[in-house]
Amino acid sequence: MIRDPKDLKRYTASERVNHWIIGMCFILLALSGLAFFHPAFFPLTSLFGGGVWARILHPYIGVVLAISFLLIFMRFHRLNVMTDRDWQWLRRIREMANGDDHNMPEQGKYNGGQKLFFWVQGICILLLFITGLMLWRAWFDLPVTLVRVAAVIHSASAAIMIAFTFIHIYAAIWVKGSVRAMWYGTVTRAWARQHHRDWYRQIVGK
Amino acid sequence: MALQSLDIKNRSATTTPTPQARSTVEVAKLIDVSTCIGCKACQAACMEWNDIRDEVGSCSGVYDNPTNLTENSWTVMRFSEIEEQGKLEWLIRKDGCMHCADPGCLKACPSPGAIVQYANGIVDFHEENCIGCGYCITGCPFDVPRISKKDNKAYKCTLCSDRVAVNQGPACVKACPTGALQFGSKEDMKDYAQERIADLKERGFDKAGLYDPPGVGGTHVMYVLHHADRPQLYSGLPQDPQISPLVAIWKGATKPLAALALGLVALGSLFHYVIKGPNEVSKETEAEVEKEDAA
Ligand code: HEM
Ligand code: SF4
Repeated sequence: MIRDPKDLKRYTASERVNHWIIGMCFILLALSGLAFFHPAFFPLTSLFGGGVWARILHPYIGVVLAISFLLIFMRFHRLNVMTDRDWQWLRRIREMANGDDHNMPEQGKYNGGQKLFFWVQGICILLLFITGLMLWRAWFDLPVTLVRVAAVIHSASAAIMIAFTFIHIYAAIWVKGSVRAMWYGTVTRAWARQHHRDWYRQIVGK
Repeated sequence: MALQSLDIKNRSATTTPTPQARSTVEVAKLIDVSTCIGCKACQAACMEWNDIRDEVGSCSGVYDNPTNLTENSWTVMRFSEIEEQGKLEWLIRKDGCMHCADPGCLKACPSPGAIVQYANGIVDFHEENCIGCGYCITGCPFDVPRISKKDNKAYKCTLCSDRVAVNQGPACVKACPTGALQFGSKEDMKDYAQERIADLKERGFDKAGLYDPPGVGGTHVMYVLHHADRPQLYSGLPQDPQISPLVAIWKGATKPLAALALGLVALGSLFHYVIKGPNEVSKETEAEVEKEDAA
């Protein structure tokens, strides 16, 4: 449905599907992973049909996540190259958080925070994937010291990834008019002009 | 694999105290390697009592058979030939779970009640609660637990907790023909070990001693060794076993702290919204865009 023909297209259908596959995998992985992370979260295993099922499913979902993230990485990595302007933006993130974003450096399709998030996720998923395979006793049996190192890295990068994703989700809720970009692909011109002025100019030519 | 009537002192993945009104004496098995003849009666008795049968393997050229612990072989005899002062020594060690006072397996286990430690010191796996993740293997300093390929559950020596609960000694101890295996209160076993050590010292093994490694808080399976200064001689018995620092980091205070940090990020976001309100497109920008579009 086209609400307003003037709206700007931000994501294609296949980009959106890709994003939501990652999102679903992430939620399932975080819920099942946290269950092993600390006893306080163990009851989450019942969402998966018990501890054994959570243990069986988690790594397979992880592999799906790794593959779908690789796809989105190939799609978006060029748009996420960090520039001076992004570091400037990040240095002034406090102004942004105060809701006073009018003087922030003008941003392209992604702002410094979004780009940082992209790279943190990329590194975390790479680490989680490698160490996840190392922990996967159903298929692999590595020397115990390696498995111990993998356990530390896997749980640490999972915690970092979950924290960054909380912020990612909150940012989408906080900045009104963003979530629709991932639901049906478009944003309003005013939204683009306010939050991504440079991108707005490139697309609209004004 | 355990009798509930035994008092549980420690329970995996459990953050609240276990019942502690009663206390029992600590038990221990003492393995005197100097009087072991490697007959494997203990190995056979273990299979017999626990009703486990390993696959028939093949001879590897030495007496070790099976050559390693498995989900169906909870104890194995390890034979090593070493030369000491020009003399051949045949060191035989009965390997299996050490029933650590500070068990790395229990510390690592994420499933509540899959691993318990009884007040008497026995560390036992409750396979019905086991989820098959293998964290116990990652946590154990002695490479003891094994996951079955058939059912994905972890298995190891129970110190015959079912027999001990009804005042019987472990099956292996019962079967040992030379008295190399002894079972009783940990105190008594230490006393008995001192007698054996004094005897060995008299016979020229001046480094004889008890293996009750303090790095894991002591164990409830102890060895009398003729070369207590070099436990590695006995098929790689660790010199100073302890829960690996990596496991300590992985399972230590970092976890609750990380969980707290995640909670704070979530709460912080919520209150940010409540305090600062949403970041909406300003009326001003909307007007500008309309003006531009009209132009
Ligand atoms: C990318 C592929 C991944 C693979 C192959 C993988 C694999 C594993 C494996 C094998 C385990 C041990 C438990 C089990 O056997 O199920 C585990 C634990 C865990 N995973 Fe993953 N995982 C992956 C991704 C993730 C992601 C994206 C997250 C976070 C959102 C995550 C969070 C966790 C956590 C928190 C634990 C518990 C660690 C601990 O016990 O300290 N994993 N993972
Ligand atoms: S030897 Fe290994 S399996 Fe046995 S109690 Fe110690 S840590 Fe657990």
